[in-house]
This record gives sequence, structure tokens and C-alpha cells, in this order.
Amino acid sequence: MREQQWPLWEVFIRSKQGLDHKHAGSLHAADAAMAIENARDVYTRRMEGVSIWVVESKYIHASNPDEASSLYDPANDKVYRHPTFYDLPDELKHM
Amino acid sequence: MGYPADIEYALHLADNALILGHRNSEWTGHGPILEQDIALSNIALDLIGQARFLYQYAARLVAGQPIPASIGGTIPTGEVTEDTLAYGRDAWDFRNCLLVEQDNGDWGKTILRQFLFSAWQYYFYGKLRLNQDPDLAAIAEKSLKEVTYHLRWSSEWVIRLGDGTEESHGRMEQALDQLWKFTGELFMPAAYEEPLITGGVAVDPGSIRPSWMEKVAEVLGEARLSLPAENTWMQTGGKKGRHTEHLGYLLAEMQFLQRTYPGCEW
Repeated sequence: MREQQWPLWEVFIRSKQGLDHKHAGSLHAADAAMAIENARDVYTRRMEGVSIWVVESKYIHASNPDEASSLYDPANDKVYRHPTFYDLPDELKHM
Repeated sequence: MGYPADIEYALHLADNALILGHRNSEWTGHGPILEQDIALSNIALDLIGQARFLYQYAARLVAGQPIPASIGGTIPTGEVTEDTLAYGRDAWDFRNCLLVEQDNGDWGKTILRQFLFSAWQYYFYGKLRLNQDPDLAAIAEKSLKEVTYHLRWSSEWVIRLGDGTEESHGRMEQALDQLWKFTGELFMPAAYEEPLITGGVAVDPGSIRPSWMEKVAEVLGEARLSLPAENTWMQTGGKKGRHTEHLGYLLAEMQFLQRTYPGCEW
């Protein structure tokens, strides 16, 4: 349809005050202003959000899936990194 | 003649919203890009939502009134509802301005039509929300939020296309040439508006012209489009029921189902 594609943008939506912006998806837009408007029309039409961030996808740097085993597997057997080895008094209910 | 002035006025406002909403809905599935297809469909839904509130308001006014012969011919007998008002009247009963019924043309023409009308609605609802009629004031208050976005969205597109490529600039100039002559009517009160304006229950459309002109001049200027001359000839008649050839085709498509299967629901 178009010879030149508009760049891709990643959209982050904050669903209500106090929560974090969460990745909602991506879309095409000519610039940041249009990306925010498009995000409003595509991702907040069912009251999903109160705030929008957009960032051009090319600025997102991702870890390499091929390196997943060396990056993430070593954490597998380090259970002591979870704070589960403390003796808690019985009276403490909500930890 | 037709209905009393307050009903004609409500129908005028409702018809404006419904017809432009329907026009925009014709783009659904055909937009130039997915995101804009959704954007324009959202605007269509906003406008049809405004039309529903206004038709419901008109239907409440109609309740208890005899249906005038000029309209009775096309409204099915029985209770007058938002649906019978939208689907049961013929072109000469519609009170929408000519601008909203114009064909979609290309994306540029659709955008410009939206911009010219949203700018009008923006200043119009801004005054209507102060109206002494609580229903009209409430409808205006709710609609103004939607229209504020429509105006922002369409302004940015007018600027993008007008100040874009040679091709897009040329198409916007052409659209301006095609649509400008339908803007004069927006500011001329129809016969049914005059007593209401005097009584303070209708917005004097002439009073919003300076703000509208200022906004339009600002956006067209930024879009490198030249504002048409002050004395351009203006086509009028829509608010009185004298429409361009486009409305009949639009109604034929929009009303087909209710005309063929009256009262049909699903």
C-alpha cells in the first residue's frame, strides 16, 4: 500500500495513577506526536489507560535470545537469593 | 410545516452528528493505515453516540405531539424513537448542514471536512453547554470532550497533509476548493433557530464565526493553505432540508435495513 513504511513505535500504557507503565504493543506512526495519538486511538479505547509513553522501536536494545542459557540459567540454583531463609516469629502474619 | 422549532433544532443537531458519523464509518476497513482506520472509526462512533443522545432528546420532545403530515408520510406510525427519527425520515426531512453529507473523496477531503466541522462543533458545544435547557447542556458537556480530540486530531492531519508533499498539498487545496462553499451555512440561523435564539435556548451560530475563522486561519496558515476569499459564494439549504445529491445515496444505504424490515433488531 505504501512504498515507505512509517517507523515502528512501542507503546507503554499506565492503567491508573500509581501503577507502572506497561508495554501494551506497537504501532506505526510518522513521528512521536502521531504515535501518541495513534496509541490513544488503538490502545486506550476501552478505558485501558491514563497515561501513554511511546518510544521508537529502534531505540530499544534487547538481550540476545541465543544467549538465554548463559544469561538466565545460572540463577536457577541460587535459591539463597530469595529471602526465604529467615526464622520469623509466629506472631508475624503478613510477611 | 414541520415540527415546532425546538424539535427542528434538536433534529438539526442530531442529523449533523449522525450524517458525519455515517460518512466516517464508510472508511472502516478502508483507512490508509490500520491506526488511522481505527482513529476515524472512533470518531465515527463518538459522533453517532452524540446523535443518539440528541435523537432521544428529540423523541422526548415529540412524545405527545401530533406527527406533522410533512413528516408523517415517512415515519412509521406508532411511537417515535431515536431509531424512527434516524431511519424513518427522508432526505427533505433531514436538517443537517451540507458540509457533513459531502462524499468522502480522498483521505485529505475527509480530513478537511472533519476539521472544518469539528472546529464548528468545538465552539458550538462550548456555548451550548451553558444552555438553560439541562438536557442540551449535558449533551454538549459530554460531547465537547470528544470534539476537543477530534479537532486536535484533524488539525494535525490538515497541517501534515497541507505542509507535506507536493501531492498532499495539491489534494488539500483541491479539498478546500470543494468544501469551503459549504461552510457559510454553519453560521446562518435557519427559521426554526431564530425564535430559539431570541428566547435564549439556542446558540446564535453567527456568534461563533469569529472564533471559528481564527482557528481555521491559524491551522490553514500552518498547513501552507491559503484561506479562501471573504466573499466566496456559499451554497446553503441543508438546514432547511434542501440537500445536495449525496444525501439521498447515503440514506439509501444507511436506512435500507430498517426500511425493508421495519423495527428489525438483532
